[in-house]
Amino acid sequence: MATPVSPIPLLKDELDIVIPTIRNLDFLEMWRPFFQPYHLIIVQDGDPSKVIKVPEGFDYELYNRNDINRILGPKASCISFKDSACRCFGFMVSKKKYIYTIDDDCFVAKEPSGKDINALEQHIKNLLTPSTPFFFNTLYDPYQAGADFVRGYPFSLREGVPTAVSHGLWLNIPDYDAPTQLVKPRERNTRYVDAVMTIPKGTLFPMCGMNLGFNRELIGPAMYFGLMGDGQPIGRYDDMWAGWCTKVICDHLGLGVKTGLPYIWHSKASNPFVNLKKEYKGIYWQEEIIPFFQTTTLPKECTTVQKCYIELSKHVKAKLGKVDEYFIKLADAMVTWIEAWDELNPSGGKAAELANGASK
Amino acid sequence: MNQEDIKDSDIDIVIGALQPDLTSFLNEWRPVFSRFHLIIVKDPDLKEQLNIPEGFDHHVYTKPDIEKAVGASSTILFSGYSCRYFGYLVSKKKYIISIDDDCLPARDNEGNLVDPVAQHITNLTTPATPFFFNTLYDPFRDGADFVRGYPFSLRSGVTCALSCGLWLNLADYDAPTQALKPQQRNSQYVDLIMTVPARALLPVSGINIAFEREMVGPALFPALRLAREGKLRWETIEDIWSGMCAKVICDHLGLGVKTGLPYVWRSAKGDPIESLKKEWQGVKLMEEVVPFFQSVRLPRTATTTEDCVAEMAKSVRERLGSVDPVFNHAADAMLQWVKLWKSVGSGSSTPGGA
Repeated sequence: MATPVSPIPLLKDELDIVIPTIRNLDFLEMWRPFFQPYHLIIVQDGDPSKVIKVPEGFDYELYNRNDINRILGPKASCISFKDSACRCFGFMVSKKKYIYTIDDDCFVAKEPSGKDINALEQHIKNLLTPSTPFFFNTLYDPYQAGADFVRGYPFSLREGVPTAVSHGLWLNIPDYDAPTQLVKPRERNTRYVDAVMTIPKGTLFPMCGMNLGFNRELIGPAMYFGLMGDGQPIGRYDDMWAGWCTKVICDHLGLGVKTGLPYIWHSKASNPFVNLKKEYKGIYWQEEIIPFFQTTTLPKECTTVQKCYIELSKHVKAKLGKVDEYFIKLADAMVTWIEAWDELNPSGGKAAELANGASK
Repeated sequence: MNQEDIKDSDIDIVIGALQPDLTSFLNEWRPVFSRFHLIIVKDPDLKEQLNIPEGFDHHVYTKPDIEKAVGASSTILFSGYSCRYFGYLVSKKKYIISIDDDCLPARDNEGNLVDPVAQHITNLTTPATPFFFNTLYDPFRDGADFVRGYPFSLRSGVTCALSCGLWLNLADYDAPTQALKPQQRNSQYVDLIMTVPARALLPVSGINIAFEREMVGPALFPALRLAREGKLRWETIEDIWSGMCAKVICDHLGLGVKTGLPYVWRSAKGDPIESLKKEWQGVKLMEEVVPFFQSVRLPRTATTTEDCVAEMAKSVRERLGSVDPVFNHAADAMLQWVKLWKSVGSGSSTPGGA
């Protein structure tokens, strides 16, 4: 029988909030009631000499490009510059079990009743309850209050599997690509869909990094946001890349991915012409990338996320390398990422304390 | 086909009558149903005369009609909830919408009456997107679209052939769930329509369903009859069985299946504990079939729905026949259904319907 977790634990010592930023962190004021108990990891992109003001009262560590270079040395090449993909550095240096990542133009949304949505609480709920990837439940997540498994749902599948990823959505400015933005500049997402669901095994999805939670212990090493931005031929495909790799690995390891609630309010529409330039190659490449991920299988011997990821990087080099040289670089960067991850997160025993950037 | 091109005469509403008095049921549905032709099939086991209010364009089929069309020995196929399948068989329309006779119109979150016919037709006349998940759900709804990262080559979608609706109040739970949570009522109106991804299996409930008759009709069959099947939904599994077959076939033929809106309001009736006392055959059988459905593959040569059903029946017999005799009977019934579909069924619908 599906039983929701009650009450929802805060997990304040087990969860880090990772925020990439290039401008300022004013948005945190609105989130204060929900975020203040948590430790923040701020990854400052762009000019490291700029000072990012963090509102008073938050416990945080901040890393700029200089810190990233210092901590990773030559391996820093795998972390993107001038792109929010740099956020994955925050995933790597975190010591917590769970990560919530949010963009600095995302604010607290309201339910239809007018009540403020505690997005973090919903992500925690999603992550602490099982997923059901092997059989679709027509009443969506059976572990949410008021729902359950429907007639015909096999009892042996009702225990579900551990949830690795909780993918939230956005009201107001939807996450459209540049062509769609250009055609529908005024479209706003006003539809509040009161559902969470597991994405079935074998099904790929476009993972948006704006409002995303995950179990770092279960899937962290797969959350590499690729080579984007400065010096790279592509942008705005960082979270997509991480999502496709993550889903393939979750499917292989029997972990679940949920999507749906919670909503945040996305306030800023980025410039569609700028976006088009960044996405241009991606729009063509994704036609090759999707069949690649749909047909890639991982061998049984890949029993850890790192092993899966390294194996995936080999496939990327061999098959997508033919599409463009970029993928050869990306495949190498995937390996560098795992090496860096393992260095910073040695298994067994506490990881060595690192000299941080500015922290409180 | 565009929704604008769909005429009322392209649609049949099929009601399986398991209770004799349809007066309040049809009167409640009058604002929605009165425009359409109704096919009402009386459960052959029901002794009483049907009571149908005035003002509906309808055709009633009872046991003698069924026997005449399919022969006395095949009439058992259409007993209980399966009586509706006879309606699917004799319909000549392009679209069929079928709702259980204990369901009434629901209201949405704004208090407006839900028109399930209009919503099902919208679902069926807009493309489905089974090959890649759209995180904003059905991209063809007003105010939604494909999100960033959705491959452009997959944005034209495929034809949606099956639309599965949901239920407020008494959701379609099985007897153990309902018995354990007797007060649980579904009050959550989730404003969502989505395509069920290719290769994902789901329990298709027959309570509130619509489909493109020629494409999917042969794949919705009365085949899995429980030994102690009863006149309450949680004492049946026939729709779950045929729905899973239909999904596999739709996946194979590149057709889409949507789920979500519309809702209907389902009345509470029956005692789940009484149902629990009967053998849990349905629940046990579902355990056997999951690995089968997850791995069954249809040959490339099966290019029509009828061919696919025949191939499914073969696989069922080969792989499940030894598990439980009910599966052999199901395989037989599936083949029988295909024969009936070809002989009794009207084949291609004529423009404007008859």
